[in-house]
Amino acid sequence: MIPAAFDYKRAGSADEAIALIGQYGDEAKFLAGGHSLIPLMKLRLAQPTVLVDIGRVKDLSYVKDAGDHIAIGALTRHMDVEKSPVLAQHVPLLAHAASHVGDAQVRHRGTIGGSIAHADPASDLPATTLALGATYVVQGPKGKREIAAKDFYKGFLESALAADEMLVEIKVPKMNGAGWSFQKFNRRAQDWAIVGVAAWRNNGTSGVALVNMGSTPVLASAVSTALSKGASVADAAAHAADDAEPQGDLNASVEYRTHLAKVLVRRALEEASK
Amino acid sequence: MSITEERTNNVIGQRMLRREDPALLTGEAKFVNDLVIPGALHLAVLRSPYAHARIVSIDVSDAASMPGVVAVYTGKDLHSTWAAPMPCAWPVTPDMKNPAHYPLAIDKACYVGDGVAAVLATSETASRDALDAIDVVYEPLPAVIDLEDALSDRVIIHDAIGTNKSYTWNLKVESAEGAVDQAFKNAAYTVSERYIQQRLIPMAMEPRAVAAVPQPFGGDVTLYSATQVPHILKVMTAITLGIPEHQMRVVAPSVGGGFGSKLDVYAEELLCVALARKHGAPVRWVEERSENTQATIHGRGQIQNIELAADKDGKLTAVRVRLIGDMGAYLQLVTPGVPLLGAFLYGGVYHLPQAYDFSCTSVFTTMTPTDAYRGAGRPEATYAIEVAMDALARTMGIDPYELRKRNYIQKEQFYDATGNHVGYTAFHGLNYDSGDHLAAAEKAMQHANYAGIRKQQKTQNVPGARKRLGIGMTSYFEMCGLAPSRVLASLNYGAGGWESATVRVLPTSKVQVVTGTSPHGQGHETSWAMIAAEKLGVAPEDVDVLHSDTAIAPLGLDTYGSRSLAVGGVAIAGACDKVIDKARLIAAHQLECAAEDLQFDKGTFSVKGSPDKAVPIAAIAFAAFTAHNLPDGVEPNLEAQYTHDPKNFSWPFGTHICVVEIDTETGKVDVLKYVAVDDCGNQINPLIVEGQVHGGVVQGMAQALYEEAVYDKDGNLKTSNLAEYLVPAACDVPPITTDFTVTPSTTNQLGVKGIGEAGTIGAASAVMNAVIDALSGLGITKLDMPASPNNVWKAIQSVQGGK
Repeated sequence: MIPAAFDYKRAGSADEAIALIGQYGDEAKFLAGGHSLIPLMKLRLAQPTVLVDIGRVKDLSYVKDAGDHIAIGALTRHMDVEKSPVLAQHVPLLAHAASHVGDAQVRHRGTIGGSIAHADPASDLPATTLALGATYVVQGPKGKREIAAKDFYKGFLESALAADEMLVEIKVPKMNGAGWSFQKFNRRAQDWAIVGVAAWRNNGTSGVALVNMGSTPVLASAVSTALSKGASVADAAAHAADDAEPQGDLNASVEYRTHLAKVLVRRALEEASK
Repeated sequence: MSITEERTNNVIGQRMLRREDPALLTGEAKFVNDLVIPGALHLAVLRSPYAHARIVSIDVSDAASMPGVVAVYTGKDLHSTWAAPMPCAWPVTPDMKNPAHYPLAIDKACYVGDGVAAVLATSETASRDALDAIDVVYEPLPAVIDLEDALSDRVIIHDAIGTNKSYTWNLKVESAEGAVDQAFKNAAYTVSERYIQQRLIPMAMEPRAVAAVPQPFGGDVTLYSATQVPHILKVMTAITLGIPEHQMRVVAPSVGGGFGSKLDVYAEELLCVALARKHGAPVRWVEERSENTQATIHGRGQIQNIELAADKDGKLTAVRVRLIGDMGAYLQLVTPGVPLLGAFLYGGVYHLPQAYDFSCTSVFTTMTPTDAYRGAGRPEATYAIEVAMDALARTMGIDPYELRKRNYIQKEQFYDATGNHVGYTAFHGLNYDSGDHLAAAEKAMQHANYAGIRKQQKTQNVPGARKRLGIGMTSYFEMCGLAPSRVLASLNYGAGGWESATVRVLPTSKVQVVTGTSPHGQGHETSWAMIAAEKLGVAPEDVDVLHSDTAIAPLGLDTYGSRSLAVGGVAIAGACDKVIDKARLIAAHQLECAAEDLQFDKGTFSVKGSPDKAVPIAAIAFAAFTAHNLPDGVEPNLEAQYTHDPKNFSWPFGTHICVVEIDTETGKVDVLKYVAVDDCGNQINPLIVEGQVHGGVVQGMAQALYEEAVYDKDGNLKTSNLAEYLVPAACDVPPITTDFTVTPSTTNQLGVKGIGEAGTIGAASAVMNAVIDALSGLGITKLDMPASPNNVWKAIQSVQGGK
């Protein structure tokens, strides 16, 4: 539980953080809420030599109504996402999913940007923002660029972020009254999902994404395609794992995980269709 | 008949809040790692990443030259430091194989986590960093993780003993030669079942921690350890290190749980003492959580084969049990004895004729050593008989409760023909002190609405039902209050089972109770004060309880096996009696009457028939202190020491009932209701009793549904942190209904039994019986623990052909 030695730098602004990360290169990591990175460091599975603490960059914690979408600062804590009245009104699926992250202590420390940038396929918010068709705003030495969620996740804990870039904002389209559901299946309440499903439906369009069904969060496009062609919920749900490449682990074999995805997608679509 | 004394003060039985809690809840309680020890060096242990490997070479030169590093030691370097190998106190058979086990491995590492080198450094971080710089060359050997494979001796783990088998221990009780075979031949019904008791990780909230502080002159050493057993540790440290026992002092400060895992003598305790002496400086070691999962003992680990024979009415006529016990890589303090603690309980709470055949063969594997874990042998036994009873009921096509009712030892059987309470002498010769199984079961049935659930099942558990309902029960006997010393002798245990107490009434009438028990979460300070307050007629707030420091409480055998109240608490009552006897002599002297003419009530001696002639114990205490006017032959001061060696185990019992609903699509088990009706005799503090039941039930339920130490085929522990090893958290715990019957023990003056392990003993089988009950309509009659969603789903798939 004692990490390897590292240097600690605190950034006061996004610009400063990007300058610091550029200065120290590949061996540096951003520290936001620390709820993914610190456990890996304690086990010495991650050994960054420099931590750039962005926890005090205040202007990155917000939830704003930006017209057709909601803009969420990357350092907004899970608890603030969960409790946001703006999100409750316009993107209730995201607020609800945030309430399922870890336990209350984790939600008070962990940030939405940290969770997305960490790109853990077992985390709830990467898949949820993927289902919602979010866009991520990232900032590097040359300024800002936008990456669609569907283009962001590149592999296990790998994203389209360059080493000197920082996620600064998440833009989530308003749901406009769509039906939605978040299904999280686990053995203990505070655990990562064994399989999770974030889904919404609205007038023939839909979005379905899967938690922990591969090396990245998975957009279950085959399900939405089937629905758009008029398939029943049950028939569409049978395609739940078409786009997934699940792994087996202590809690679930590949077969079981595949089966769970189908059951949970069906349940999610049933709930979203009400 | 109860021999419980008439109550004088009504302290016993009150729901007093625990006096320990304010310090614990505010973080003020001091654990080993909170102790400020100037100049302490930090110990870190390098552990084998291989389950089984020869140590070819160890190069410590890089590590030794790192900043802050004081010294680096290998097993070879320290071999001559040990006067004896690490202790196993329970050689269960004369031919038991016990490989020499040293704090650091010398030639071979025998499990992942086996210590191979130790670093001493000036800081914790420096000691940890240096571990990464030690270069060990291993020659990997095949791992042995399957018990039956281990027994085949395909791969020998300990070359010096030439076999993986440690011992075979038998308990065969027959009314006549061949009675068991005959019973099975004549049986109307038999069942033959095989159960796996998976390995469990005790996972105390505080991992282990040790600090050894050498005194500047004379060679004395004080050892602080997060241990349940400071007294045993003192003796064993002295023996293992060749230190005169009177120079060892062991202190267990606040200790954050143990569940048996701190009932041991560990390598790090011996390393800290040895290196503190060698370097003339304090040495501290604090276990990391992941380290704890490998370097601290595991529990359970058995393959159980149980066969029941019954007559046409379902009355049991014989029980046959064959166990294989997983010892892990070495024998720790009581490792080999754990299966024996269950050996007497495979007949459950049932009237069984002398037709019992128990045999346990224990084997070494290349995994973390096992040892006592909450219940130690008794949850395993209860699980086997109770799950097998349900199998028998299914075979017979009768309700499992009906089958149990036909077999319970009846209340009347605890009395002789003339109505004297004599206890029930079981087929194996041990006497069950008191019991009324039917009363506890009936109460549980009412709480659980058993008939209502059975009715609901008929409408709910239809073919294709998405959610199936199940109800399961367990009736248990807990053999606890370890232990009558003579019985321990017959089991070849290396110590007695007594407990000691000193009660001291100070000049100002405040009371000190000194106990040999060593609490680590049980609330002894509260309960022991209540016992002394009740006996002496003083306020509980005026009683202080001293413990867990061998300099303050030199005599004791510590805390485990639900012994503390039934043995240690009774010792306190006995010491109070001696104090009162002495005070009575002084009171008689002051009141100028005969001692026999005095009665003692609510803290005051008075002359029978003349209540105005009275003197309070407070005045006696002061008189004993001044010694100005004591009767001839009476020593000054009001203090007495008493050692209680129990005549018998105590036998708590009860019935637990669990109601589950299973999602047949996902395999998830939801516990809807859990009812525990326990009988631990008289209760000192019902609040603490309920807390023990809650914790125990959750721990037993965790074995049924969540926990399993999983090893891969190479002997790597896959569940080495709390994300992977699933200890249920508060929000995962279902509603638990606790209720009690009170059948006082007749073998101690307080009428008390133990309650620390009851929940664990009852819960795993109650939950699994409910799970199997829910699934039996689908054709599933067998399921291994844990009943995880994946395992349940797989079982459903297997009977539905994957549909």
